[in-house]
Amino acid sequence: MEVSKARSAGAESSDLGIAESPADQETSTSSSSGPATLLARTLSPVQKLLFQLVESKLSRPITERRHKRICESFGGGAGGLGCELLKDLALTGFKYLDVIDMDRIEVTNLNRQFLFRLEDVGKPKAEVAAKRVMERVNGVNITPHFCRIEDKSLDFYSDFSIIVLGLDSVEARSYINAVACGFLEYDSEDNPREETVKPMVDGGTEGFKGHARIIVPGTTPCFECTIWLFPPQVKFPLCTLAETPRTAAHCIEYAHLIKWNEVHGSRSFDPDSPEDMQWVYSEAVKRAELFGIPGVTYSFTQGVVKNIIPAIASTNAIISAACALETLKIVSGCSKTLSNYLTYNGVEGLHTKVTEFVRDKDCLVCGPGVLIELEKSVTLKKVRLCFFLQLYSYNSYTFIAVILTVAGHLRFTYAVQQFIDLLEDHPRLLLTRVSVTHRGKNLYMQAPPVLEEMTRSNLDLPLFELMGGVAKDVIHVNGMAGKGDKKQSCLRKLRVVFRGVDVIADIDMAGGA
Amino acid sequence: MVLCTMIKLFKVKEKQRELAESANGKPPGKKQSAGELRLHKDISELNLPKTCSISFPNGKDDLMNFEVTIRPDEGYYLGGTFVFSFQISPIYPHEAPKVKCKTKVYHPNIDLEGNVCLNILREDWKPVLNINTIIYGLYHLFTEPNHEDPLNHDAAAVLRDNPKMFESNVRRAMAGGKGQKAVHLRSSIYQSFCYKFETPPNFTGTDVTGKQKAVCQLSQ
Repeated sequence: MEVSKARSAGAESSDLGIAESPADQETSTSSSSGPATLLARTLSPVQKLLFQLVESKLSRPITERRHKRICESFGGGAGGLGCELLKDLALTGFKYLDVIDMDRIEVTNLNRQFLFRLEDVGKPKAEVAAKRVMERVNGVNITPHFCRIEDKSLDFYSDFSIIVLGLDSVEARSYINAVACGFLEYDSEDNPREETVKPMVDGGTEGFKGHARIIVPGTTPCFECTIWLFPPQVKFPLCTLAETPRTAAHCIEYAHLIKWNEVHGSRSFDPDSPEDMQWVYSEAVKRAELFGIPGVTYSFTQGVVKNIIPAIASTNAIISAACALETLKIVSGCSKTLSNYLTYNGVEGLHTKVTEFVRDKDCLVCGPGVLIELEKSVTLKKVRLCFFLQLYSYNSYTFIAVILTVAGHLRFTYAVQQFIDLLEDHPRLLLTRVSVTHRGKNLYMQAPPVLEEMTRSNLDLPLFELMGGVAKDVIHVNGMAGKGDKKQSCLRKLRVVFRGVDVIADIDMAGGA
Repeated sequence: MVLCTMIKLFKVKEKQRELAESANGKPPGKKQSAGELRLHKDISELNLPKTCSISFPNGKDDLMNFEVTIRPDEGYYLGGTFVFSFQISPIYPHEAPKVKCKTKVYHPNIDLEGNVCLNILREDWKPVLNINTIIYGLYHLFTEPNHEDPLNHDAAAVLRDNPKMFESNVRRAMAGGKGQKAVHLRSSIYQSFCYKFETPPNFTGTDVTGKQKAVCQLSQ
C-alpha cells in the first residue's frame, strides 16, 4: 500500500515537469514525498540528487511514454521468469511496460507462472500477464504483444529506454542483442555516442541455476562478445540413435529425427501439435520396448523433443529480482550497477559470483569497426568512367588527373584509390583477398569461383551506389590480414562515411565528440 | 562510470529522437546476423578439392542455403555424383549446419532419407570448425565408409562381412541412381531394389529374378 501511495505522489510532482537545473533539483528533494524520499535515507547526497532527478522522469505523464516504456519479453521455457519480471518491474514503479510473448498458456505452466489460472489455458501469455498485473498494481500501463520478437520493427524497439529479457534461447537473445546494438553509433574517436546506447538486462534460469547480466552496448560486453559462454546443445550421434540406443532420450530422438522423416516424408514435425507429439511418443515406446530400455513417458518425450529445461519458480524469482533491481539502477542511476554478469548456482550448496567480462573490441555486433572516409566516386575495385587519362602510378595508388565525363565537363579529381586496394594499405586492416558484404548483399566474393563470377560486375560500380546511396553505413569485409608470414584470416566491420553527402552526419559527429 | 553514462544517456535521448526523425532514409536491406557474417567468411575462404563443388540455388545473396556436389575420384564411389544440401542457422557457428544428402545412396553412414552420420555434424561440432571442414568430412565418407557407426545397417553389414559384394552393390546403386546407363530403371523396380539391398546374396544365387538380372547386366 505504501508503495502505491508513494507512486501516485510521484506522479503528481511529475506534472510540474522535469530536469530543471541541478540546483532546483536539490531544493525540491527535501519537499518531495515521492519514493525518492523513502530511499533517500540510505543514499548519499549525490545519489539522492540523481535519484530524485530520474524519479521524476519515471513518473512523467503519458504523453511522454515513448521515453519510459520498458520492453520486456518472455517466451517458452522462460515464461516463469517473464511473469516474475513483469510483476517485479511493475511493483518497482515502472509505469509503462510492453511485453512480448509468442506463446499461449499451457497447463504445465501453471505451477510457476503465477499470473495464469486454469481458465487462461490456451490464451496468449502476454495478454493475460499484462491484464493480471494491471489489475493488481495501480497505475501501471502494460501493452501486450502476442507475437515473435522478430515480428516487431526496429522503430518499435527504438522507442524503449531499456530492454529487459526473459528469453529462453540463444537465437532470441542473439536477435534482440543485434537489434539493440544496431542502434549504437560511435563518434569519430570510436567512443559510443550516449544517445544511441540502448541498455539491456538479461536473465535466464535452468533448474537451480541462473544468471543475470547487464549489457550496455559499447561499454560492457554484448551477447555476441561472450556467446562462447553458452555450451553447445547436446546432440546425439545419428548412428547411435539408429543402431545402439542406450537411453530413453535416444529412443525419443530416433522417433523424432529418423522415424518421422521415414514415415511422413517432407511434412515437418510440429512440436506444438499434440497429435505429432503423440505419434513420436508411441514410436519411441515401441523402440524402447525393442531394446528393453525403460523411462519413455509422454512428458519426457515432450521434454526431449522441445528441449524443455526444468524450471523452478524460486530460481526464477531470485534471478528476476536481480534483473528488476539492476533495471531500476540503470534507469534511475541511483546506484552503481552490476558489473556485469551474475551467476547463481544452487545445485550443490549455493554459489553466486559476479564476473566482469570484457568486451571483444572487434565484436562484429557491438564493436566500433574501422572508420573509413570515402569519396562518392570510389568504386569497389576498378577505375571507372567511360574515358580517363591515367598520368602516372605511384606506390599502387592510381592517380587519375583528368576525368572527362560523358557530358563533356572537365573535372579534377585526385588520388582515386579504389576501395579494395585501400583496405590493403589501411594501417589498421592490411587486408588482402578481400570479400565485401553489405546488409545481406554480397558486393564482392573473391571465392568460390561461382560467387566470384556472380559478383565480379560490381567491381566497376561506385561503392556509394552499391550501398544504396546513403551517407554512411556499416559494411563487413573479410580476407587475410597482416603481412608476410603473420597473415591470418579475419572478418572486420567497417563504418563507411562518404564525404560531402549528408550534412546531418557531420553535425552528429560534432555533437558526439 | 556506468552511472554517469546513464544519466547522460537519458539527457540526450531527446536530441536523438529529433535527429532520428530528421535523418534521411535508411539503406535497404536488413542487418546481417553475426552468424551470416561468419558464414560469409567461411564461404569466401573455401578451399575445396577438385572433387567437390558448391552452388547457390537462391543466388549470390543467400549463402544460408547451398548445395555441395561431391564426385569421388577414388574408392568404392568413384564415378558417382552426390549432392548435399546445407542449411545454416542464424546462430551459426554456435549451431552446426543441417546437412542432408539429396542423392539416394547406398552407404553405411547415410540412410535412404538422406540423413548423414558424420560426427562433426552433431555430437562433435565446435564453433572453430567451418564449412570447409564439413565438406572434407563428407568427402571422407565416400573414400572411407565406416561400418562401425552405421546408419544404413544392411550396407554396413555387407561392407564389414563382404567388401567385394559391397563394392558391387555400390556400383549397381550408382548405375541406377545416376540414371544414365540404366535410364529405364529409375522406375519402381529400381526403387524397391534400392530399398531392399539384402545382406543375403541376391545377385549371385539362383533366386535372381529376371528384372534383377537386367539390373546386373546393365550396370556392368
